[in-house]
Amino acid sequence: MSGAERRLRLGHLYPALMNVYGDRGNIICLERRCRLRGIALEVVPVGLGEAVDPSALDLLFIGGAQDREQRLVAEDLRSKAGALLEAVEAGVPMLAVCGGYQLAGRFYRGADGEELAGAGLLDLYTLHPGPQAKRLIGNVVVQWQDGELVGFENHGGRTFLGQGCEPFGRVVLGFGNDGASGYEGARYRNLFGTYLHGPLLPKNPAFADHLLSLALARKYGDGGLEPLDDALELRAHAAAREAASRRS
Amino acid sequence: MPGLRTTAGVWAAKAAGAASRALGRGGGTAVSGLVALRVQPDIVQDLSRGLGRGCVLVTGTNGKTTTAALVAAIARAAGLGPLVNASGSNLMRGIAATLAAAAGPTGRLAAGNRSLGVFEVDEAVTPAAMEALRPRVAVFANLFRDQLDRYGEVEAVAARWRDALERTPFTLTLVLNADDPAVASLGEGSKHRAVYFGVNDEALDRGCREHAADAVTCSCGAAYEYGLSYYGHLGHWCCPACGRARPSTQVTAREVDLADGRRLAFTMGAREQGVRVEMALGGLYNVYNALAATAAALALGLPHEAVVEALPAFQAAFGRQEAFDVDGRRVEMLLGKNPAGLNQVLQTITLDPARKVLLVILNDRVADGRDVSWVWDADFEVAASQFERVVVSGTRAEDMALRLKYAGWPEPSLVVEPDVRLALEKAVAATPPAACLTVLPTYTAMLQAREVLARRSGKRPYWEQGNERG
Repeated sequence: MSGAERRLRLGHLYPALMNVYGDRGNIICLERRCRLRGIALEVVPVGLGEAVDPSALDLLFIGGAQDREQRLVAEDLRSKAGALLEAVEAGVPMLAVCGGYQLAGRFYRGADGEELAGAGLLDLYTLHPGPQAKRLIGNVVVQWQDGELVGFENHGGRTFLGQGCEPFGRVVLGFGNDGASGYEGARYRNLFGTYLHGPLLPKNPAFADHLLSLALARKYGDGGLEPLDDALELRAHAAAREAASRRS
Repeated sequence: MPGLRTTAGVWAAKAAGAASRALGRGGGTAVSGLVALRVQPDIVQDLSRGLGRGCVLVTGTNGKTTTAALVAAIARAAGLGPLVNASGSNLMRGIAATLAAAAGPTGRLAAGNRSLGVFEVDEAVTPAAMEALRPRVAVFANLFRDQLDRYGEVEAVAARWRDALERTPFTLTLVLNADDPAVASLGEGSKHRAVYFGVNDEALDRGCREHAADAVTCSCGAAYEYGLSYYGHLGHWCCPACGRARPSTQVTAREVDLADGRRLAFTMGAREQGVRVEMALGGLYNVYNALAATAAALALGLPHEAVVEALPAFQAAFGRQEAFDVDGRRVEMLLGKNPAGLNQVLQTITLDPARKVLLVILNDRVADGRDVSWVWDADFEVAASQFERVVVSGTRAEDMALRLKYAGWPEPSLVVEPDVRLALEKAVAATPPAACLTVLPTYTAMLQAREVLARRSGKRPYWEQGNERG
């Protein structure tokens, strides 16, 4: 096994600002799943005003934030859009969650009508229907290419996809992008955007490994990963699915 | 003379409460309060005007129950018989129920209940409670992320508090945590007098903020900088861009000794005339609770001697570091319901390496927050190698077990038992005689576990405790 030589660098965008609800769980998960396989995963924090070197990163992650931080990040993210798009076009896997997902799109129009330009990595836009609109909150189950994902969503904005990207998955239980289309998230190349916030990857180990596998295949030509003991992960997945089906 | 509607509301509340208890449905606090408000929507305004020394409102994400109980203890030491809402009954209906229960058949507060009100109030209910109660003193303890699916973001809660304060007459005195930038900002440019409390102890500096820090950016857009970092976003903060900074404090703790996490000591006041305070509570978060209560008491004009007498004698409030004796084992329960609070609990339990058996209970009921993502923001890593046996329980037991696994807790030490009653039995059985079982529940899990523990150890149910006892 040549695992010991494999190294990955993960660019964690705005870890201090975009971390609102358990997003750190995704990083903890990737770190552990790499460590157990002898893959050296280096997490590189990328903050406001710091440059992204698209050729030096193998994975990218951006989480969600509160409004004040999200406004700060939106402006800065636009200055990084060129470098990020270069990475995405080159096939670097990227996960954008909740607020990060919205900002990866073309624009976000808030409850007050104020428009926030996004990074334009994904051909989509998000509208908040106004302060009286119901937030889309709850446990959610999504069918994606490799089975089911479980998670929790909590968003006021409704996201609409353009021609340039496809849905990440189909809503089985919950609301998804807009509560009406039946779609959840968006995908363009290896960039995955989703409203499943918080610790998405620990309870969906197949998706966590899919991201790692894409990164390894790109860098080493071989995305093979030894299986891990995921008994507890699958049990938590099943329990979360059960919680999602209880609510309706 | 009280209005007829108020008298009717009092009677209706008493009847509903008695019926609920007779049916074995707990203390009947919620239902009697709902009935009282239905009969007389202004019952809180009406009855609270009968409090001769007015009332204190205590709000914030963490520490409300303990801080309110401490204020009440200080008031008792000062010779008053304060009226206090029962733990957790901190919505309008809980306050209405407390006032109605304290009123006599004429619809006025009974003679023994007329001195001072001490009410803990839910963060979201604070604007309405402020309007109805018109408190003399309002304590804002802290503001952390908590149940985003219910309360919304930290900044949104702070904005609602600020609006409510603008509508409140200048006669209110604010008691504010200087170390929390989101809370301290409530006093900036305010028409209200503010008393600030805070900690001044370099030995407690963590050197960096925890992951679960919320108030990270100033209103001007720059990131806060910290001279001292205690926990969450609490510390000696300043904004390098606009110059806003932690205000100076009138009630201050220094030379904090956290001992083994079951007691603590600190010096309160200026260096020369400082008083050494020892308490039977553990953890830095309880130092903050003691400071908040002291500042509130002094703002009310209660004597300093009452503070010095009450703090050392204080016993843990309901479910907060409460101890039970079960089959010769000491069972200690420490409530942890959001990342900042749970981090403090974890820091506190690791102060005693002899704690070896743990029960963690994670529920996702409405009062806990349906979203359990927050457990990933708590730093379970600090206790990864401490516990030999760990039972994980609650409606989301599997989520909790997974969090512990990814925090590096050895998987063979984890037992998953979603049923709380069975989990408690397993955890007690795993605890050697005379040893300590540590229980970390979320809010509704605390109520469940407490009911079992109270029965197993011969304590009375919660609705038989409280004002009647005081």
